[in-house]
Amino acid sequence: MREGGSRGEALAGWLLTAPAALAFLLLLLAPTLAAIALAFSDYELGQWPPAWIGLDNFRELWMDRGFRTSFVNTLVYVGIVAPVSVLGGLGLALLIEGAARGRTFFRAVFFLPVVSLTVAMAAAWQYLLHPTIGPVNAALRLLGITGPAWLSSSDTVLLSLAAIGVWEGVGFNMVLFMAGLTAIPRELREAALVDGAQRGWDRFRLVTWPLLGPTTLFVVTISLVRSVRVFDTVAVLTRGGPNKASEVLLYTMYTEGFTFLRLGYSAAITLVFLAIVLALMLLQTRVLDRRVHYG
Amino acid sequence: MASGLRLLLLAALGLLFMAPYIWMVSASLKATDELFRAPMALLPEGWAAITNYGRVLREVPVALYLWNGLVMCGGILFFQLLFAIPAGYALAKLRFVGREWVFGAVMLGLLVPAHVPALPLYVALSGSGWLNTYAALIVPSTISVFAIFLFRQFFRSLPQDLIHAARLDGMGEAAIVWRVALPNAWPAATAFAIFSVVAHWNDLFWPLIATTGHARATPALGVLYFRTEEAGDDFGALMAACTIMTAPLVLAFLLAQRRFVEGISTTGLKG
Repeated sequence: MREGGSRGEALAGWLLTAPAALAFLLLLLAPTLAAIALAFSDYELGQWPPAWIGLDNFRELWMDRGFRTSFVNTLVYVGIVAPVSVLGGLGLALLIEGAARGRTFFRAVFFLPVVSLTVAMAAAWQYLLHPTIGPVNAALRLLGITGPAWLSSSDTVLLSLAAIGVWEGVGFNMVLFMAGLTAIPRELREAALVDGAQRGWDRFRLVTWPLLGPTTLFVVTISLVRSVRVFDTVAVLTRGGPNKASEVLLYTMYTEGFTFLRLGYSAAITLVFLAIVLALMLLQTRVLDRRVHYG
Repeated sequence: MASGLRLLLLAALGLLFMAPYIWMVSASLKATDELFRAPMALLPEGWAAITNYGRVLREVPVALYLWNGLVMCGGILFFQLLFAIPAGYALAKLRFVGREWVFGAVMLGLLVPAHVPALPLYVALSGSGWLNTYAALIVPSTISVFAIFLFRQFFRSLPQDLIHAARLDGMGEAAIVWRVALPNAWPAATAFAIFSVVAHWNDLFWPLIATTGHARATPALGVLYFRTEEAGDDFGALMAACTIMTAPLVLAFLLAQRRFVEGISTTGLKG
């Protein structure tokens, strides 16, 4: 090691970080602080100067039935997509890990939706789920069931969007779990076998699951954060409809800000969104401190 | 579980996952009346591929959308690497006053989703007349705190001897970054490149805000416009457009599957 802190070294350090630091200040820090400030103002595009209105935007949010619907919808969406895609990812990873052949092939199959253009695949889903010409309802008709209008009925729209969300994200979780599984030493499972854990389920419960703890925690967090950010499918397929049944936070923020140009109000929604994301990350570090077993 | 049963289950699930792709391509080959008449048939009776794809290629500036997507992703990646690699190196290998602050800012930045600074960035771009330009698509994403973090982690394991030897040869720190550190960081750089391109190619949120009209539309916007403005009930043509726009990234993925999976899972591990 060099003895630390020579002048030239410090200068080089500053020069090399300067471009990134400048971009960080201009493009990330300043606009984030500005968004926080906007949330306490009545700013609308083209109207200057804005007035400080304290917590009025948040008061209005609290009373706004449209926003409440959007908030609840987001929670429901996250409540379905995150657990199903975590468990689904784990299930697929275990299935593929134990498969005698075709691992690369199946990994590719389930991962494909992760890299596909979301907007285009949303349109493909719209065709699949079309009430009259869609193959899904056509198949149901063969079974004598009249399928619902998946994306245009307020009873099923959120569920349909959640199904698309799971389809899109489960491959990502699967890959993360597969990485976690390869890190578990084979000897441990064999040792468990010797110690009497005969059934596959016992070996999973006693060895695999505890050792996957850190991976699982990470996958849970990232699934929660990813699903709170749902936007593309809503913007393409439903625009929050019908009758706000698929209105979600980021889409409400988008329409308030960029369609109605109520930037102050939209910024307040952004802060609610940020608060949720930060709370989820905090939850992760809390759990990480206490419970998760490290192998 | 018996291995035959396992394979059967995987095959069934795989088919289910592939269904949207299969039906998308199938519908893109069918005539409209056939789509309405026989929704379950996979193979078309009369091949309407030329009609459907012809309509898309005639009415949709496909090449323009793909070019815009390429310029946007290329521009973003170039600046992300240009900013993040030297910063990552400095944070990992150099001692200077304020380093802890910079690293603290990076960690804090990791917590903030890109949607949060979007409103003020839009106001700034709109005020400076930059909306609807490539700059509007590229500039806001040029700083990736995640890339800085990734390269810092990677450079930390770079042997100190290597850097020491380069210094003895008279190389400056900037030269060391690009000629010694970077050639040793290709795995991190490729992983990040794939992660970044996939994320921005597929993104709808920011392009929807930063541009209007077709001139600077990305593939995602192109599909959205075609769907809302022109396709109407012509699902054959719409599915043809979707197939064309999905193809580039899917083909790239199939060609370099292992790198994609590694890239997204290693980068995803902290993103």
